[in-house]
Amino acid sequence: MKSFFLRKLNDKNRLLVIGVGLVLVGVFFTPIWHISLDAPQYPEGLGMQIWVNRVVGSTPYDLKNINLLNHYIGMQEIASESIPELLFMPYVLGYLIFGALVTFFYPRIWMVCLGVFNFAVLGAVGFYDFWRWEYNYGHNLNPEAPIVVPGMVYQPPLLGCKEMLNITACSYPSIGGMILFAAVFTLLFLLWTERRRFLDGI
Amino acid sequence: MNYKTLIKSVLLIIVGTTALAFCKKGAATATLASDAAKKVYVAPGEKDEVYAFLSGGFNGQMSVYGIPSARLFKIIPVFSVFPENGYGYDEETKDMLKTTHGYVPWDDSHHVEASMTEGKQDGRWLFLNANNTPRLARIDLKAFETKEILEIPNSAGNHASPFATENTEYLMAATRFSVPIPQSSVPIENFSKGDFKGTVTMVKVEPKTGRLSIELQVLVPGFDYDLSHCGKGKSHDWCFFTSYNTEQAHKMLEVGASKNDKDYILAFNWVRAKQCLDQGKATAHSGEYYRNYLPENKPVVSEKISGVKMLHPKDCSGMMYYLPTPKSPHGTDVDPTGEYIVGGGKLATVIPVHSFTKLMEVKDKPEHRTAEIMNIPVLKYESTLAGEVKKPCLGPLHTEFDGQGYAYTSCFVSSEVVKWELGTWEVVQHLPAYYSVGHLSIVGGSSKEPYGKYLIALNKITKDRYLPVGMELPQSAQLYDISGRKAELLSDFPTVGEPHYSQMIPAKLLMDKAAKIYPLEENKHPYGIKSEKEARVVREGNTVRVYMSQIRSHFKPDTIEVKRGDTVYFHITNLEQDFDIPHGFAVSGAPEMPNLLIMPGQTRTFKWKAPNPGIYPFYCTDFCSALHQEMQQYIRVTP
Ligand SMILES: [Cu+2]
Repeated sequence: MKSFFLRKLNDKNRLLVIGVGLVLVGVFFTPIWHISLDAPQYPEGLGMQIWVNRVVGSTPYDLKNINLLNHYIGMQEIASESIPELLFMPYVLGYLIFGALVTFFYPRIWMVCLGVFNFAVLGAVGFYDFWRWEYNYGHNLNPEAPIVVPGMVYQPPLLGCKEMLNITACSYPSIGGMILFAAVFTLLFLLWTERRRFLDGI
Repeated sequence: MNYKTLIKSVLLIIVGTTALAFCKKGAATATLASDAAKKVYVAPGEKDEVYAFLSGGFNGQMSVYGIPSARLFKIIPVFSVFPENGYGYDEETKDMLKTTHGYVPWDDSHHVEASMTEGKQDGRWLFLNANNTPRLARIDLKAFETKEILEIPNSAGNHASPFATENTEYLMAATRFSVPIPQSSVPIENFSKGDFKGTVTMVKVEPKTGRLSIELQVLVPGFDYDLSHCGKGKSHDWCFFTSYNTEQAHKMLEVGASKNDKDYILAFNWVRAKQCLDQGKATAHSGEYYRNYLPENKPVVSEKISGVKMLHPKDCSGMMYYLPTPKSPHGTDVDPTGEYIVGGGKLATVIPVHSFTKLMEVKDKPEHRTAEIMNIPVLKYESTLAGEVKKPCLGPLHTEFDGQGYAYTSCFVSSEVVKWELGTWEVVQHLPAYYSVGHLSIVGGSSKEPYGKYLIALNKITKDRYLPVGMELPQSAQLYDISGRKAELLSDFPTVGEPHYSQMIPAKLLMDKAAKIYPLEENKHPYGIKSEKEARVVREGNTVRVYMSQIRSHFKPDTIEVKRGDTVYFHITNLEQDFDIPHGFAVSGAPEMPNLLIMPGQTRTFKWKAPNPGIYPFYCTDFCSALHQEMQQYIRVTP
């Protein structure tokens, strides 16, 4: 087995790795996650996008209007500046892209495994952080808020939809998020083909 | 059959038989189809197909209806103050109503004109006239708000206005009441001696911004100029004005001005007029006027301008011709091809149609002239005549076209609309109207491309149509479907003010362009603020400026102290950036300033003289949120 991890990638897979690196650059330019809010008084809906380095509204005014809505229940204001994770997220992404570049010049199976491991760890940490972030916003409410519904929390779902008072909140990956998932699957697929080659003795 | 239906039937029979008796061809009257209700029903959540903009006549406003449902969407104040939202009262808009006669917070508004590009509606602006204190307004179709008002000097009664040329190069405005120009106190009987004059004004429209300016005035004989329409296609260079009281009577006009068998349509070559202006043939003339303009989210810019360029017909040959037209004509309407000029003689028994081609052929041939008035040649009636619709109805007024070769003429006296065919001049249908119809409007209006589906008749009198509400009944309009071979009455609906004229514009041309908010970052108001942090109170001697913000559901600052006699300016900025979330502002007992409605991202100013010491509440008047009722606070006035 040891020899499998030390094997060189074949040229096609080597190109695939750099391809993954290049596609990951796209995450800088697209939103990773999207949370939408639907309510009768917002027939056109309100939306919020999480980018690698900032949180913005789906239209230039949505975030402001979401915060306006949230102030009734005493939720603290959602602003990019108050989310420190956003400061180092771009570097994390840069690290992954850098990894792809290194792997291109040093194409070993174990490098790809390391990449998958990095994705898995960072993904898990990222999801936990996102959940914690939602939890804090949803639970730490101003007790002096105009509207206090006893026992009510406003934590949006991690994935999927949830009803909160008269609002339906949905949370799904956006283009950047899909690129990240696609990148992991591509790497796994790559490992699978390498393993097939190995077992076939090629 | 109850009493009411009986009366109605009898009335219908009378109107019907009159029409039948009058029209030898005996075209059938319109029948009420049973499925008419379906055609005007717009289900909850669905949208109307057409916007109808109706002038408000003597209320000086314009109202916006959806067609076919006839639901009222909005009242746009133009020449009248509007306490509902503070138009004409606040520091930002009150100068819109400034004139050389002072502050004139009302007018008599008749004709709505839509801006056009290559003869087709382009959905940029609407224009409206003020007849009483001659003015002309531009209404922006993104904000659905009045953005500019231009006073017209050397005019008394801006009635034949504002009619646009094919690319909205110019708006034409001619005077209804001729007066001495420049004004002077002469004996009124001098009217008959020619001491009174009229003017035709060419108002230039800046193509990008829509800004209005007076480019030229032309001095014309002292008749009463009634309506106008400009040519299209081959007649692009020309505008046509009707005139009455060519008798120049000054007493009992009812009789005195109805003597002549023919009055005139004035054919005016505006391209030629511009040429003469460029050749320096116009001279400087007196005339003071205001130009008031509301830049996006800034207070109105009001400027007084002195003097105009005046052109005399004698100095610009080939510019004007008179076409004799029976009898006291009201409408002068050009068909979509630009060939036919239809006159609507209030007292005439025919609808005369002039041919543009014939006009071009004969205008400079002496044998086709009968006289000259102030160097304006009078052509022979027969020389330019394309045809006459014989005995169409009583009191034909105004004509619109469906783009399918048919014309529709309103008939005031016989309360009906007649449909007739261009070219054959045959009446094909009589449509009763309830009652005394003035103007008509077809979707696409007087453009080159009418969208011939709906027609509305704009009526003066309502009588038995609605539940009685005291002595005065609402004015009304009638909606017809004209898409089929036979036009059919669909509904009637009451209107706000007198629906004098209208432009109807397909919804798809406007609905997606309508503005939803004023972007806060573009707010250029000198006293506007961008966030709550900037909210503050600044005292300058006896003047106090409150830089106030509003957002659901509070004001900032929320408690204020001033001294008795202070002049307090509340400069209020609505910080919302959400569609349809204006906030209101009203101070208890404020005598000079009504409510303000401040749009998202907008700044407006409420001026208040601090009265006797005490505590005065202020509050938001527009129900904005669950905590709207909490959106209130106090001003303390100290001795
Ligand atoms: Cu409010």
